[in-house]
Amino acid sequence: MSYWSFLVEYGPRFIDGVWITAQQFVLAALLAIAIALCAGLMRLSENAASRGLAIGYIELFRGTSLLVQLYWIFFVLPLFGITLEKFSAGFLAVGMNLGAYGAELVRGGIQSVPKGQWEAAYALSMSPAKRMIRVILPQALLNMLPPWGNLLIELLKSTALVSLIAVADLMFQAKQINGSTFMSAQAFGTALIIYYILARFIVTPFMRRCELVMARKMGRG
Amino acid sequence: MEDLSKYPLQLDGNDVPVVRFMNVTKSYGSLTVLDQLDLDVTEGEMVSVIGPSGSGKTTVLRMLMTLETINSGVIYVDGQPLTHMEKKGVLVPADQKYLRKARAKIGMCFQHFNLFPHMTALQNCMEGPVQVLGMSKKQAQERSEELLSLVGMIEKKDQHPSRLSGGQQQRVAIARALAMRPKVMLFDEVTSALDPEVIGEVTNVIRNLVNEHNLTMLMVTHQMGFARDISDRVCFFFAGKIEEQGKPADLFGNPQRERTRQFLSAVKEAD
Ligand SMILES: Nc1ncnc2c1ncn2[C@@H]1O[C@H](COP(=O)(O)OP(=O)(O)OP(=O)(O)O)[C@@H](O)[C@H]1O
Ligand SMILES: [Mg+2]
Repeated sequence: MSYWSFLVEYGPRFIDGVWITAQQFVLAALLAIAIALCAGLMRLSENAASRGLAIGYIELFRGTSLLVQLYWIFFVLPLFGITLEKFSAGFLAVGMNLGAYGAELVRGGIQSVPKGQWEAAYALSMSPAKRMIRVILPQALLNMLPPWGNLLIELLKSTALVSLIAVADLMFQAKQINGSTFMSAQAFGTALIIYYILARFIVTPFMRRCELVMARKMGRG
Repeated sequence: MEDLSKYPLQLDGNDVPVVRFMNVTKSYGSLTVLDQLDLDVTEGEMVSVIGPSGSGKTTVLRMLMTLETINSGVIYVDGQPLTHMEKKGVLVPADQKYLRKARAKIGMCFQHFNLFPHMTALQNCMEGPVQVLGMSKKQAQERSEELLSLVGMIEKKDQHPSRLSGGQQQRVAIARALAMRPKVMLFDEVTSALDPEVIGEVTNVIRNLVNEHNLTMLMVTHQMGFARDISDRVCFFFAGKIEEQGKPADLFGNPQRERTRQFLSAVKEAD
């Protein structure tokens, strides 16, 4: 069977897989961003309790394997009465894990904003929330975007793990096709190429675009 | 803890100063930076603060801006306590909410401008009025444009700080502080980070504020000539205390204290 006829035969299944991978990616990314923002801000809070909570969260999710976390969420939580369907368990695990890494990026981004910016905002009598939202976060965001680009690519690749709890994503389809055809090189080679294309031609250009827009807002570029 | 009951809840009388430091001490660990400072600034007065590096000049301004907490004493602005608030008939250290209101009477310009880089000159000026004073955008824009004209920056109002020279940024920073209509303006070495050829454009703006507007100002500077020109009073700081103060002509022309003389002749030589 030529690679061309392989693609014609199994292409639709790869496309189904890509669609699920895309959904997992977007949902996990949104969750990771939300978690990163919360945990990153809590990590810098003056309140020891919220700081401790954030540190605990970051340590737990960065210090243990994503696969184990995924299995916990899918197989162990039901024992405590929390049952999630596999699709939700998948993006929750990936989002929560990468959110912990993102929290450190948020923290670093905020800390990289010069102290003079806080002081100028303070001198205008801005409230702590206004200082953060109006002055600090926009600048922190610009500093954070390049590392976030890397993190989102990492996140995309991590979504492949959800195939292990039988979410029918791109990786899952590749495995299935391999199982029924034994054409490993074609099946996993195609998956490889598609992941690369998604990362290189969709995620990366999108992040570049964000960086450009932000840079223009700062009057640079 | 200091007994705060000896401080009045507010200043009464006919000539209440706009700013009063009463017995203010500031220390970092074992280092006492300001030692039981008493300082009054009256309405419309321009007071320059000079002195050697590390003598506490910046610290005075930062305490007045409430960027630093003080260890003892009380600062009053407009007769009302700034660093403290009244609670059950005595003064207690002010909480965040009180400070936010109290410090709105004070505007500050920094050595490194600290403009918000993601906003244009105009947006920088409008930020306080809109976000803090709750002004409408239209009103805030009118006020900001007026002030940008005052500092000669109206043509550049839509530029971001990264596109402006140091002197231009500092003038925008002055407009931004003025947009809050402060009672007291603080300038901390606002020309120190500037190239020599643009210092004049900033000092001219300040000179204009002194001459045309009845603002109360406190200015830390290393430019003795400028201080002499425009101040109503000059305070010479040494080791966290006011060593000597007086009219510029007296302090520069006929200093009474040895340390003042030494400092002034050292600066003259450096020039
Ligand atoms: N956050 C801080 N922690 C510890 N020490 C500090 C801090 N801020 C200032 N100091 C010290 O307080 C003293 C007074 O500092 P200040 O900045 O008021 O001096 P200054 O008169 O403005 O000097 P300069 O002319 O160099 O600006 C200095 O010895 C300085 O090292
Ligand atoms: Mg200083």
